[in-house]
Amino acid sequence: MSDVVKIATRESYGNALAELGDKYENLYVLDADLAAATKTGIFKKKFPDRFFDCGIAEANMMGVAAGLAATGKIPFASSFAMFAAGRAFEIVRNSIGYPHLNVKIGATHAGISVGEDGATHQCNEDIALMRTIPGMTIINPADDVEARAAVAAAVEYVGPVYMRFGRLAVPVFNDKDSYKFELGKGIQLRQGSDITIIATGLMVNEALIAADTLKEQGISARVINIHTIKPIDREIIAKAAAETKLIVTVEEHSIIGGLGSAVTEVVCEECPCKVVRIGVNDEFGCSGPAVELLKKFGLSSENIIKTVRQLLNK
Amino acid sequence: MDEALKKQLQVTACKVRMGIIEGVYNAKSGHPGGSLSIADTLTYLYFAKMNIYPDKPDLPDRDRLVLSKGHTAPALYSTLAQRGYFDVEELKSLRHVGALLQGHPCIHIPGVDMSSGSLGQGISAAAGMALSGKISSQPYKVYAILGDGEIEEGQVWEAAMFAAHYQLDNLVAIVDNNGLQIDGKISDVCSPYPITDKFKAFGWHVIEMDAHDFDSIEKAFNEAETVSQMPVAIIQKSVKGKGVSFMEDQVSWHGTAPNAEQYAAAMEELENTLKGLEG
Repeated sequence: MSDVVKIATRESYGNALAELGDKYENLYVLDADLAAATKTGIFKKKFPDRFFDCGIAEANMMGVAAGLAATGKIPFASSFAMFAAGRAFEIVRNSIGYPHLNVKIGATHAGISVGEDGATHQCNEDIALMRTIPGMTIINPADDVEARAAVAAAVEYVGPVYMRFGRLAVPVFNDKDSYKFELGKGIQLRQGSDITIIATGLMVNEALIAADTLKEQGISARVINIHTIKPIDREIIAKAAAETKLIVTVEEHSIIGGLGSAVTEVVCEECPCKVVRIGVNDEFGCSGPAVELLKKFGLSSENIIKTVRQLLNK
Repeated sequence: MDEALKKQLQVTACKVRMGIIEGVYNAKSGHPGGSLSIADTLTYLYFAKMNIYPDKPDLPDRDRLVLSKGHTAPALYSTLAQRGYFDVEELKSLRHVGALLQGHPCIHIPGVDMSSGSLGQGISAAAGMALSGKISSQPYKVYAILGDGEIEEGQVWEAAMFAAHYQLDNLVAIVDNNGLQIDGKISDVCSPYPITDKFKAFGWHVIEMDAHDFDSIEKAFNEAETVSQMPVAIIQKSVKGKGVSFMEDQVSWHGTAPNAEQYAAAMEELENTLKGLEG
């Protein structure tokens, strides 16, 4: 395991922008004084004339992005998830969502894995907020390969997209040569018949570790990666519900309004079965090293294994 | 200003005002006061200033206007209808279910350059459009109309800082200083005064204008074109409800539609004004 490469998806975001900048001359990047942290600084270094710092003013940045999109540019507005989805929510809704403008929002430092900065900066609500905006596409990539592919797909897609990236370096498990990103399509990573684990973002790798361990213990767990939270892949979820009749969702986000809620909505409508949600419960985060916090809040392969075994009475 | 042009603009502005009353009356809701206060400015911009193509409303090089004080959409719609973007009859279904004309500006309506109405947001979008023009060396201008109450929103000042920093001299923000907002006089509610000094302090070139005098309007917008490397704020002194005497300077007409009797009285007054101008 020592040769597993770890890369933070915010790093992937910055690198993808710098790469795509060559191909898309119409691509512009906005940031709100966080270019070093969101990694848009990588793009800035390569394309200084196509990077605009808006200062610590996220509301205005989203409006400026709307204006750029309304005049034919493809702006990537970047900040921490807390400010991009939280502080600027109403501007994203009214100035970007309602006119359905071609703005891409790159939200880094999402979730509890922000770590030491603590609860004020740990955004566990962004997916919930963005899901309520009509026409908003939401992508939560799981590793470097998927994150880069997601940014490339976002440029091609016409319409508003919210992309969620993390601060913590996480294992790269997708194979970059064979990986294929399809907007709105879930990916089945493991076959399984006893239970389905549906995960998103950096919890996908934890789900894979859990499934492999469970397999050794005689439990057949299907693993599905939902990178596009909206529009969600109803088909792959309904099929899993029909075939395994038991689902666990795992996300580094509040269990209210995120992946767990989205999956539950589909299951209730298409093929009702029991769904158990693993995520941040109805509480705020706290300071601490990211890896320790993920364990503390149950966002680990160990907790997935424990939950699955309890559900199957094993 | 050329006297013939002035007369023509006065006539058009009166028709724009009649359209405002028509729209708000038929909607049984809406904001006549702040619509009437910007009627002359909009008339000047769309009939004498802006580089626009009503038959090709999406032409990339056109000038743009963002009505940041979006609740006064009836004024924009009435002006666009007079200018030929859509039929004047549309004003009668303003705010109705399934109608083209939404309660606040919507980008999908011909001639409307940006959805707006949640106060403070339009100025940012206008700044983005202006930045875009600079980036691509396009010659267009961007006009944004804000309410004097609206500038109490913090986002306006984020945008003001941004526009000055990026030297957006293709951006003109017009602040409609009619002195009234929903809860009363702006000076009583939570005063944004001194408006001129604030914009100057934010690095803008500021021009003061009489919003109901076409000579003053022409002078202000011509001066705006001479400014370089700074965004321009035009603080227009206006009268809320201008043109309908019983609505003038009355805060109660901020967001109230006239009843049948008031509608008839307002239309009669405007028709007389029109006759006077045309006679």
